[in-house]
Amino acid sequence: MLKKIRVALAVIFWVGITLLFLDFTGVLHNYLGWMAKVQFLPAVLAVNVGVIVALALLTLIFGRVYCSVICPLGVFQDGISHIGTRGKKAPYKYKKEIKWLRYGVWAVFVVLFVLGVQAAVALLAPYSAYGRIVQNLFQPLYIWGNNALAWFTERIGTYTFYPQEVWIRSVPTFIIAVVTLVVIVVLSFKGGRTYCNSICPVGTTLSFLSRFSAFRPVIDTKKCKHCKACEHKCKAQCISISKDEQKIDYSRCVDCFNCIDSCKEGALKYRFAWGSAGKTPENPSAGSKNDVTDGKSAQNPSAEGRRAFIAGTAVMAGTLAAKKASAQGKKTDGGLADILPKQAPERETPLTPPGSVSVKDFYRRCTACQLCVAECPNKVLRPSTDLEHIMQPEMSYEKGYCKADCTRCSEVCPTGAIRKITAEEKTQYHIGTAHVNRDLCVTETGTNCGKCARMCPTGAILMVENGDLGNMRPTVNEEVCIGCGACEQYCPARPISAITVNGKEVHV
Amino acid sequence: MKRRDFLKIAGAAAAAAALPACGGKNTSAPVEEEEKMVLRENPNNGDMVSLLGFGCMRWPMIEKDGTRVIDQEAVNEMVDYALAHGVNYFDTSPAYLMGQSEKAAGDALSRHPRESYYIATKLSNFGDRSKEASIRMYHDSMKQLRTDYFDYYLLHAIGRGGSRAFFDRYVENGMMDFLLAEKAAGRIRNLGFSFHGSQSEFDYFMELHDSGQYHWDFCQIEMNYVDWTHADGVRNCNANHLYAELEKRNIPIVIMEPLLGGRLANVPAEIARQMKEREPDKSIASWAFRFCGTYPGVLCTLSGMTNMEPLKDNLDTFGHFKPLTEEELDFLERMATQMKEYPLVNCTDCKYCMPCPWGLDIPGTFQHYNKAITEGTYAQNKQQRHYHKLKNQYLMSYDKAVPSLRQADRCISCGECLSHCPQSIAIPRELQRIARYVDDLRENRL
Repeated sequence: MLKKIRVALAVIFWVGITLLFLDFTGVLHNYLGWMAKVQFLPAVLAVNVGVIVALALLTLIFGRVYCSVICPLGVFQDGISHIGTRGKKAPYKYKKEIKWLRYGVWAVFVVLFVLGVQAAVALLAPYSAYGRIVQNLFQPLYIWGNNALAWFTERIGTYTFYPQEVWIRSVPTFIIAVVTLVVIVVLSFKGGRTYCNSICPVGTTLSFLSRFSAFRPVIDTKKCKHCKACEHKCKAQCISISKDEQKIDYSRCVDCFNCIDSCKEGALKYRFAWGSAGKTPENPSAGSKNDVTDGKSAQNPSAEGRRAFIAGTAVMAGTLAAKKASAQGKKTDGGLADILPKQAPERETPLTPPGSVSVKDFYRRCTACQLCVAECPNKVLRPSTDLEHIMQPEMSYEKGYCKADCTRCSEVCPTGAIRKITAEEKTQYHIGTAHVNRDLCVTETGTNCGKCARMCPTGAILMVENGDLGNMRPTVNEEVCIGCGACEQYCPARPISAITVNGKEVHV
Repeated sequence: MKRRDFLKIAGAAAAAAALPACGGKNTSAPVEEEEKMVLRENPNNGDMVSLLGFGCMRWPMIEKDGTRVIDQEAVNEMVDYALAHGVNYFDTSPAYLMGQSEKAAGDALSRHPRESYYIATKLSNFGDRSKEASIRMYHDSMKQLRTDYFDYYLLHAIGRGGSRAFFDRYVENGMMDFLLAEKAAGRIRNLGFSFHGSQSEFDYFMELHDSGQYHWDFCQIEMNYVDWTHADGVRNCNANHLYAELEKRNIPIVIMEPLLGGRLANVPAEIARQMKEREPDKSIASWAFRFCGTYPGVLCTLSGMTNMEPLKDNLDTFGHFKPLTEEELDFLERMATQMKEYPLVNCTDCKYCMPCPWGLDIPGTFQHYNKAITEGTYAQNKQQRHYHKLKNQYLMSYDKAVPSLRQADRCISCGECLSHCPQSIAIPRELQRIARYVDDLRENRL
């Protein structure tokens, strides 16, 4: 029964969070956004005391149910290990805690977290890792599914679905997502909760409380027949059954209740255990033979970082030859001039989303879960390829610009890196400032343009006389410019726009 | 061919040839009547020209090694078929189809005896106007078309800019003198011009003719039942004026844009319904061609046929030609008035504006927009029935027809295209209108 409740709740959370990351319509986050906000690390980053206290109490009372129900990566691993161990009678056996790895990673994580090295934090944090996987790998499948439906409904003439573009926003982050997925699948396929109990820093943090939890599975040693059925079902591999000793390591137990159902003797009960036996944290007996083989789980987290660094140097090169349309002398009709793909300009200060307090605060708080990236309808947000902020989002205007009435990223951010703002507040929010590079501007060739001025939603671009050329050229009224990038996106100069937006260090 | 068949065909041809002269009379010919192309006589030199001419501006293009090239195989097939069915006038230009039209025409036509067809081409000196470049273009046309004489040679698209533009392109650089010398030498059999412009600009060219300064052997004008009295704006002249002035002077008329680039073949549903009510078995386009052929001063009606389908339909129209009655002409006038109520862009897809230096697909955008209006799949506002469907349909078909970076919202209003448009469309303004519509559609503001 307990297991069924756990599974039902876990599925609800997992489906909800996954949909949150898959959805590109901007509708679901209104109903599911809270699921991201109750995640542990985002709550810590958002200094959301209510959630932190609630999660701490939850763990203290019921054990690590967070890991079994709320954490999407945990539930995802349960699904994988369910597949990996299907049909096996005794898929697991007790393993010793790999202390040096578990606490070593945790210590390093805490230090990096305090120092604000968010890239490393994001690499290990379970919610971020899951978000990264879904946004990079599953959202494209979801959109392709949508596009197939769009194709179909176009054929039958109902036009119910509308196709969306699928594009890789950042190659390094995509590769990291693939690596993360492979590591998680490999570890959980046969190893159950190996990741959660030897690497995951959130799991380790919660384990400090779960050791003392009020409710927990307790073995009635009088009833226990040492059949090891529970041990073989424990995907946390934390139940040790022998004739001499029957123990559960409550620091690793994620309260999945698989063991309770497995015991035919009724020797296992999930019950209030304060003040009674079984309180002692497990300390496996030295004589225990069937324990730790730590080769498999000793994966080095920094390997992923290195991969990312190599991939970061990959550059997409647009090599279309710029042919001038007019052939010499003879003007012929028809044909299409080539259009070079836009390239991102050098930005002295990165563009952080509207709602961020400052560049520093943004990158300090962001856990790189990719939720805002998955949500952005204007193709503006993408993970940074800059090593210092790798995987954390930044804005750029090659494929679109930040539209005035859109505040979706600020609505979904669970960590407070992007604070919630209204559409009215956004009109006052300066993302950055545009500036004109006259060397690239087409008006310097005598062409009449002014596209930037016409696209600017705030009237910040003023057209002035262009000397002897007799046309008008654009200038920027910096005070009025909000940095939305409409000018940069629509500038006809390619591959680098003649008008580009530079970010602001401090926004509020 | 049996003797009896021959007599039958000859009889039908005589009847068909006689018909245009008797204008208004409605003769209901039997459906099984043998097809026989109507021929019109050029009063100046006795050329017997088919009333249907082949416009070589809209031939099919295919992708080959990454570039767009004419589908020569399809062209050969169409040209052979057209010649076999009596079409003998082929109109091209060095500018058409990215400069490939003349060669394709030459390749196709040179497989037939030179005297079996008339070639019309143009001095399309829109770029370099110098005498050297213009003469080079003239000789190159001969080479491409594999001929040593032109039956019909045109000053390409004059009118706009009046005397100034004419002098600039043809007089001051000595090209008129050159062309007249070529005519005297027999290498140009008929010298004329194609016209786009206002009434006063046209009248200027008639004055040149009347004063004897330049004699026009023929003239190519835009004529159809919409332009007859509803030409767009003050910068375009109504076709009824052009026609009357030319007929008065006995100058043979070649008609271009009889279908307005296909817009008169694909008319709004309500108009199509009224046409089908009258002629259920005839195509919508046939009305436009019959309109042109009804006027006896017309020597030839050009149709830019892209594939066999319109070719066969046109051969049917001109092979069993029935001039329009007075009542039918009134009917078309009413249709033209109704058509003007739709917010269509006046584009004929001639592609003179292309390539846009900024990569836009101007005619593609206009064609797509017009098509949605004509077919009634135009999303107007949220209250409309099936709004969501129409909205998605418009946006999806737009993205398919025109890649997003070539769509209307990318226009920078540089104005480069303006001088190239024979229809004097305010292209940047129309693009802006469409861009705003699409943006409103996307953002659900309609």
